[in-house]
Amino acid sequence: MSKDIQQAGEGRRFLDYAPAPESRDVVRLRPSYGLFIDGDWVDGHGTPFSTIDPATEAPLAEIAAADEADVALAVAAARRAYDKTWSRMPGTERGKYLFRIARLVQERARELAVAESLDNGKPIKESRDVDVPLVAAWFFYYAGWADKLDYAGLGASPRPLGVAGQIIPWNFPLLMLAWKIAPALAAGNTVVLKPAETTPLTALLFADICRQAALPAGVVNIVTGAGATGQALVRAEVDKVAFTGSTAVGREIAKTIAGTEKKATLELGGKAANIVFDDAPIDQAIEGVVNGLFFNQGHVCCAGSRLLVEESIHDEFVDRLKQRLTTLRLGDPLDKNTDIGAINSAEQLERIRQLSDLGEAEGAERWSAPCAIPEQGFWFAPTIFTNVATSSTIAREEIFGPVLSVLTFRTPAEAIAKANNTPYGLSAGIWSDKGSKILAVADRLRAGVIWANTFNRFDPASPFGGYKESGYGREGGRHGLTAYLKAGAR
Amino acid sequence: MNARLTIPKTYKLYIGGKFPRSESGRSYEVTTPKGAFLANAAWASRKDLRDAVVAARSAVAGWAGATAYNRGQVLYRVAEVLEGRAGQFADEIVAAEGVSAAKAAAQVAEAIDTWVWYAGWADKFVQVTGTGNPVAGPYFNLSVPEPTGVVGVIAPQPPSQGESGGSLLGLVRAVAPALVAGNAVVVVADETRPLAAISLAEVLATSDVPGGVVNVLTGHPAELAPWLAAHADVNALDLVGAGALDWPALEASAADTLKRVLRPEPGVPDLSLDRILAFTETKTVWHTKSLL
Repeated sequence: MSKDIQQAGEGRRFLDYAPAPESRDVVRLRPSYGLFIDGDWVDGHGTPFSTIDPATEAPLAEIAAADEADVALAVAAARRAYDKTWSRMPGTERGKYLFRIARLVQERARELAVAESLDNGKPIKESRDVDVPLVAAWFFYYAGWADKLDYAGLGASPRPLGVAGQIIPWNFPLLMLAWKIAPALAAGNTVVLKPAETTPLTALLFADICRQAALPAGVVNIVTGAGATGQALVRAEVDKVAFTGSTAVGREIAKTIAGTEKKATLELGGKAANIVFDDAPIDQAIEGVVNGLFFNQGHVCCAGSRLLVEESIHDEFVDRLKQRLTTLRLGDPLDKNTDIGAINSAEQLERIRQLSDLGEAEGAERWSAPCAIPEQGFWFAPTIFTNVATSSTIAREEIFGPVLSVLTFRTPAEAIAKANNTPYGLSAGIWSDKGSKILAVADRLRAGVIWANTFNRFDPASPFGGYKESGYGREGGRHGLTAYLKAGAR
Repeated sequence: MNARLTIPKTYKLYIGGKFPRSESGRSYEVTTPKGAFLANAAWASRKDLRDAVVAARSAVAGWAGATAYNRGQVLYRVAEVLEGRAGQFADEIVAAEGVSAAKAAAQVAEAIDTWVWYAGWADKFVQVTGTGNPVAGPYFNLSVPEPTGVVGVIAPQPPSQGESGGSLLGLVRAVAPALVAGNAVVVVADETRPLAAISLAEVLATSDVPGGVVNVLTGHPAELAPWLAAHADVNALDLVGAGALDWPALEASAADTLKRVLRPEPGVPDLSLDRILAFTETKTVWHTKSLL
């Protein structure tokens, strides 16, 4: 096989692509970053750590770690800004700051996308075409709410909650920041946000956007660090905790705030079923299943990680899926042609490997796309497990990687029962050309977001969040706004 | 001629549409505020609670699957049947709470009107709180609230300082809103004044409320609440009446299965749309539009 031509499936050849890397020059990183508190950069008092490029393992910058006192300082700054400035400002003015931020995100879109791909490992085409445009959209959407809170559904003159402590994951770093900060600020709260330990860079760049927007000091504070920083933030004098991350940590947060007056929004894990009926539009369904799981290397809480395919089309569907996965290009996240980027960390890669090995040990059949794995960095080839039992670990536990478990069903009732057979309930997919069937199945799925003939769509106007152990509260839409408001005095 | 001897009622539990005694064989004495004997109420055990959760779980699909119009009519039917037995409830409240007949009658009237208020919400709360979402793409996108599932309730307990009120109304104000969306309820009644709760169960049993949709336990909340909070098949926990218990520990225990938790409130809760929504989950569905 020549170097230029890749064998892909039987009798089909694809031209290889020349490298097309996005330039890194649009991002100028500082060698080290402090904490962003009260509009200024201050030193942290924990042990600083490096954030690395997961595609090369090269360090990108040194990051300050906030200890309990640093977190308390940030919360106090947010409280002052809340009392003196932000909660007193007319909604129209608050909204104008958010509109400014939306525009600044658009203006600096390429820089943010490159920084995100560097720090997270996700393909540039995703950070450029999905993450960053949605970040701008999120601020633009909630900006318009800031002076319309009377219409949020809580009666006249609803009030903000106060200071929100927000903790976000590493899979969509800047987008999760936007999901948290935009509605909180629109409602009149101030925030202290902790980005994930492995992906702090875009949140720190966002601090500079706050500067350019002339956002009043203390309205947004960014504290970096690991789990201990997050725990300190949950225990601090905040009125609201908003968390996106694992169910295990979500449980701990719910326990920590038990018995207090703190409110919480928890957006946790998932093990979504993607149900493909035999009357589905198969070409679209193949693309949808690929996008539903292999988007962002499977680092998606709502990923369609359990493919439930009707038995009569199972063999054909799986064959075509394998063919399609064979064409995916794994490699340099900054390459514009890359489909599958790097796994975010060595730790996550190890977890994906362990669970995949367990799947094999428990009797499922493993297939991985034949692709070259770079020598440096953290990588995992797109992988499918067939013959997966409902009791298998890989059918029950969230893997958070590019690993798909395929199960079959014979009737809609069986598909629904299997889809709901999980303590999670974040999302689900339905593929069928029969509208009435989609409506009936969607009614009976116990999940907060259901995609019919599509998957992994997000929009600031559309509420997102889970049933059962996938957490509670909603982000996005009017629902996401009310999560930061309480009813006014009657 | 001798005065006729009355027939006292045996007060039992209400589980799965039936009235069993506690499987433990235990009971406890219920008295007037002045200490006169009223009845022996069933002293529910952990096993009774687990039976009640099983009954509630099996009732969820049918109740949640009923049309909103149907649920509204059933809840209204509760008001009708309660109205017909208003005198009995007033007498029980006078005996249990030591309040005047007028105050007892007023409490019953408020309880009846509470059922009417919530009955009317059944086919409206989705309209008021659901949304059509204008997403940027060729999708038809709707968000609607759905019932959370099985809701455990610690009913409002006797107020301290001997102030009056609430043994019927508190229970109704906690249970009725949870039923509106289609949840099934396991409620632990007022500990020292549980008789109205069991009489209310008789009303529910004859009001077309399907068996298992409401399950009423009498006994000691401090004993039952930890099992309710920890039970993995309970989706939500209303601690409205748990203020005197170690409720932070209950909330922490409920966190193990990420239950939705309502924290304690003093007295009798207000009529509130929020109480309906507290036991709902918002489902957002994206329907892809075809190309024309």
